[in-house]
Amino acid sequence: MPIISVRDLSVSYGAHRVLERINLDIRRGEVMVLLGGSGSGKSTLIRQIVALERPESGTVYIKGVDINGCSEEELNKLRHNMGVAFQEAALFGSMTTKENVEMPLRELTSLADPIIEIMSYLKLASVGLGKAVDVMPGELSGGMKKRAAIARATALDPELLIFDEPSAGLDPVVAAELDELILFLKRLFEMTLLIVTHEMASAFRIADRVAFMYQGSLIAVEDKEPFQKSTDPRIRQFLDRVPPPIGESDVVQLLRQIAGITGE
Amino acid sequence: MTVLEELGSSVIHRFAYLGELSMQFWSGLLSLPRVLPLVGKRGRWLASIRQMAAIGVDALSMIATVSMSAGFIFAMQSGNELRRFGALSLVIPIIAVGFTRELGPLLTAIVVSSRSGSAISAEIGTMVVTNEIDVLRTMGLSPIEFVLAPKYLAAVIVVPCLVIMSDLFGVLAGGAFMLLSTRMTFLMYLRAAADSIAIRDLVAGFIKSVAFATIVVHVGCLEGFNTRGGPEAVGRSTTSAVVRSTLLVILADVFFTMIFYITKFF
Repeated sequence: MPIISVRDLSVSYGAHRVLERINLDIRRGEVMVLLGGSGSGKSTLIRQIVALERPESGTVYIKGVDINGCSEEELNKLRHNMGVAFQEAALFGSMTTKENVEMPLRELTSLADPIIEIMSYLKLASVGLGKAVDVMPGELSGGMKKRAAIARATALDPELLIFDEPSAGLDPVVAAELDELILFLKRLFEMTLLIVTHEMASAFRIADRVAFMYQGSLIAVEDKEPFQKSTDPRIRQFLDRVPPPIGESDVVQLLRQIAGITGE
Repeated sequence: MTVLEELGSSVIHRFAYLGELSMQFWSGLLSLPRVLPLVGKRGRWLASIRQMAAIGVDALSMIATVSMSAGFIFAMQSGNELRRFGALSLVIPIIAVGFTRELGPLLTAIVVSSRSGSAISAEIGTMVVTNEIDVLRTMGLSPIEFVLAPKYLAAVIVVPCLVIMSDLFGVLAGGAFMLLSTRMTFLMYLRAAADSIAIRDLVAGFIKSVAFATIVVHVGCLEGFNTRGGPEAVGRSTTSAVVRSTLLVILADVFFTMIFYITKFF
C-alpha cells in the first residue's frame, strides 16, 4: 500500500484552477521528487498532502486513511507520521535551534527532559549542527537554517519527510551538501521522502522517481532515467531550460491586451 | 456595485468577522486548561508567565502615566463645575467610582490594545508569513492552544491587576488635586475615597477588565492568523488589530454599562 495516494484531486482559488485531477502514489521508502515550473501547483499539492487545506474535489489517502473523512484530531495523529521542512526553514524565531528541535518532542511525547535533550542533540548532530545548539535562528546561515529545519522535521522519526525547495537560495556547494544529507537521512532512518524542487541536478541526484507538474496537472510520473529521456515538449522545455517565445510571455500578453492588439 | 449591495456586503463581512471571533473565543476557552500549571501541558504555563511580563509589567509605567493624567484632568474639570455649587467634596466619589467602574478598565484596555494587541497581531502575523503556523499544524499542534491560549491566560490574569493599578493611580491623582485645592489631608481624602467605593463597583470593574482583555487578545490573534501576503500584510494586520479591538472595547463598555444600569445589580 502506498504511504500517500492522491486521487482525482482538484483545487481552485476563486475562479483560478490550481490543481486539475491529480493522481499520484508515493511508495513506502522511495524518494519522490516533484518537479515543475513556478506556479505549476507544486506547493499547493504539498499543502494538500499534509492536509493543511481540505480538497475541493478528490481526496488524499495518508497510510490508507481518507483525509476527507477525518476530524482535526484524527488528522493530527496522521500528521505525527510526517515531517515537513519548509522552503524558508520556518524555525521559531524566539527559540534556539535546540529548543526548535525539542519542541515536537516536548509537545507530542511524554519523554523525560534529559532524554529529550539527548535526542535533540543527536538530531542536530546528524545534520552537522552539533556545535550550534544554543544559537538563535537569526544567527544561522541559510544552509544551517535548512539543516535545523530538517533536524526538527525528523525529531519524531516520521515515516514520510517532505521538503519544499530544500536547495532554494543556497550556493551550489551547500546545495550539494544538503542533497548528500537528505540521502544520508534516508539511509539512516529508512524514510519515504517527497521533495519539491526546481534544481534539476539536485533532483536527479536524489530521486528514485520524478513527478512533473505543468499548469496544475501532473503530466508525468516515472523513474528518473526514462524521465530524463522524455520527448514530451513541455518536459523537454523544462529540462533543456528553453524559455517560451517572448510573444507568449505573460508580460507581453498583458501589454497586448492593454494596447488592444489582437492577432500576430 | 450599487450602494445597497456595498452596504449588504459590508454588513455580511462584519457578521462573518464576529462569527470567526466567537469561534476562536470558544476554542481559546477550551484550550485554557492545557496552559495551566500542574493540569496543563508541561512547561506551557511558562509561556504564559513570559506573556504576563510583556502584557502587564512592561505596561505599568504607561498605565501609571495615563491614569494619573486622566485622574488629575478629571478632578480639575469636575472640580471647576462643582466648586460653583459648593460641592467640591463630590469630586472624591466621582473620581473614585468613575475610575473603579469606568475609566480604570477603559484606559487600561486602550493601553493594552495599543501595546499588546498590536504586538500579538504582529507576532502571529509574522509567524503566518514565515510558515511557522503551518509548521505547528503539520506537527499536529493546534495554533490556538500553542499560540493563543498562553496569551489569553496571561491577559485575563494581568489586565484586572493593571486595572487595579490604574484605579489606584487615578484616585491618587484626584487626591493630589484635592490637596492642592482644599485643606483636606491625604489620609482624609483616602478614607473618603474608600468609603465611596462599594464592592459592586469593584466587581463591575473586574467584569469589564476580563471582557476587555478577552477582546484585545482575541482580536489581536485573529488579525494575526488572518494575515495573508508578505511583511506589509503584517503592518496592515497590526493597524487593524488596534483599530478593531479599541472599537470593540468601547462597544462592549457601552453594553456592560447598559446591562449594569438596567439590572441595577452592579
